[in-house]
Amino acid sequence: MEKILLRNIEAIDSHTLAVYRSRGGYRALEKVLRGMSPEQLIEEVKASGLRGRGGAGFPTGMKWSFVPKDSPKPKYVVCNADESEPGTFKDRLLIERDPHAIIEGTILAAYAIQSRTAFIYIRGELVFGSKALQRAIDEAAQAGCLGKNIMGSGYDLDLILHRGAGAYICGEETGLLSSLEGGKGWPKVKPPFPATHGLFGCPTVVNNVETLAALPWIVDQGAARYAAMGTEKSKGTKLFCVSGHIRRPGVYEVEMGYPFKRFLEEDCGGVPDGRKLKGVIPGGSSMPVLRGDELEPVRMDYESMQAAGSLLGSGGVIVMDDSTCMVKAAWNVARFYAHESCGQCTPCREGCHWMEKIFWRIENGQGRKGDLDLILNISGNITGNTICPFGDAAAWPAAAFIKKYRDEFEAHITDQRCTVS
Amino acid sequence: MAVEFSQETLKRFGEIVGRYPKKDAAMLPVLYLAQREFGYLSPEAIEYVAELMDVSPARVYGVVTFYTMLNMKPIGKYHIQVCRTLPCALVGAEKITTLLKSKLGLQAGETTPDGKFTLSEVECLASCGTGPMMQINDDYYENLSKEKVEEILKNLK
Repeated sequence: MEKILLRNIEAIDSHTLAVYRSRGGYRALEKVLRGMSPEQLIEEVKASGLRGRGGAGFPTGMKWSFVPKDSPKPKYVVCNADESEPGTFKDRLLIERDPHAIIEGTILAAYAIQSRTAFIYIRGELVFGSKALQRAIDEAAQAGCLGKNIMGSGYDLDLILHRGAGAYICGEETGLLSSLEGGKGWPKVKPPFPATHGLFGCPTVVNNVETLAALPWIVDQGAARYAAMGTEKSKGTKLFCVSGHIRRPGVYEVEMGYPFKRFLEEDCGGVPDGRKLKGVIPGGSSMPVLRGDELEPVRMDYESMQAAGSLLGSGGVIVMDDSTCMVKAAWNVARFYAHESCGQCTPCREGCHWMEKIFWRIENGQGRKGDLDLILNISGNITGNTICPFGDAAAWPAAAFIKKYRDEFEAHITDQRCTVS
Repeated sequence: MAVEFSQETLKRFGEIVGRYPKKDAAMLPVLYLAQREFGYLSPEAIEYVAELMDVSPARVYGVVTFYTMLNMKPIGKYHIQVCRTLPCALVGAEKITTLLKSKLGLQAGETTPDGKFTLSEVECLASCGTGPMMQINDDYYENLSKEKVEEILKNLK
């Protein structure tokens, strides 16, 4: 398989402009600025079938097309580099090793909606990545790929690197915009969508790092080549981050539709130490867990993951072997959401803490009869009842852990102790 | 001592604000600037930032308390943050935390009396494939083992 997203990362000094250029970098931008209208670029990206890689999988070209062309307000593009979904570390790799691909992708997105100011919102903890990005932005500006009159085309764009300060919710696009407006990272009610009412009430597109990094290749090589890869509804390639009990953890680029079981066993080397696979969270900790014995028909694309009862999400694959206590795992995940809930909506603010407490007491020998149904009830009352998808992201995994491993949870309650570890 | 920026930091403040289409957007970078200048964000520092940013102290306070990287208390010279989230937990994060607690004589959230170390347990730092891991100040330390942690601590002067 030809690598699209990881095409540069193994080159020596891949983070520098010189190396990026020597490998065809900024050729797509030149092609667009010399001969494509914004509309043509949007059509090209639509034709590629590229879908947003931050987790929701919304078609990228369509997202851009919702931005009103005749708005008198400034328009903004924001690259979402607030990678915080547990199990996900793909954007960090691109940020550190191929920052120019992200920058070129951001300029392309900005040109498509005719924005004059773009931002990269990077999570605050990624200090090394911020430095790599800022260096790359400065280099690009120096070389005339950013700033006034880019490549002599008359198109101007400023790109501002903005550091977050530690809050998972700022990865949610409207939470990110609130944060960028100088406030708490509180998500906003949609509609209106950011495409019409985004940053400071102006039309805004927010795209994930991986989405943007795919654009230079798509534009350079043509949408048809990209669309020829993958499945009917999941085109191209996607990054998967593999962690937990696996022989070869890391970031993998996979053509959409690749068999999941084969990926885990052959590409990633399977579960180590002669242990058996007990469960996998396929798309970051917000997505429902799959049991080890459910993986046979599952393929790595949006449709197949959904048919299996989970979601592709961010591509964060967390592998758990048969030594794992699923109650403890569920508690760990619930604790994450209890810690990260922004506190704006009651069902999520209260419910996440309740779920965490109940999982904790089950794991610690104090589970009560009815606790499992109580968690399912709380989870059901959060789902769909919050401003942003964080509520679902906290509620789904809690319910899935119980549904998939109910016997283990019940044994914890009956025996009043952890029956696994 | 009055809480205010040095001339040099004030100049930097002006540059940061000038970069953004609206002043409000500069809130986080200005708070980082204040945190670096004052060590942490005291109520006085928050009021000072509010004045600089033309917003109420309550708004700044809301922001400061929302984000984990903005500190309202002094922290140690070395802030050790161990990831505790599932992928790291599966590969032994708890052992690393236990070791650090006993080596430093701290519970999570505490600072040594000499102000040298602060220990925190934190959520996912996007380093799941190289867990267990910790962040000390700006740097990541990955694929940790007991020996590696001891070596790292030894080198922190």
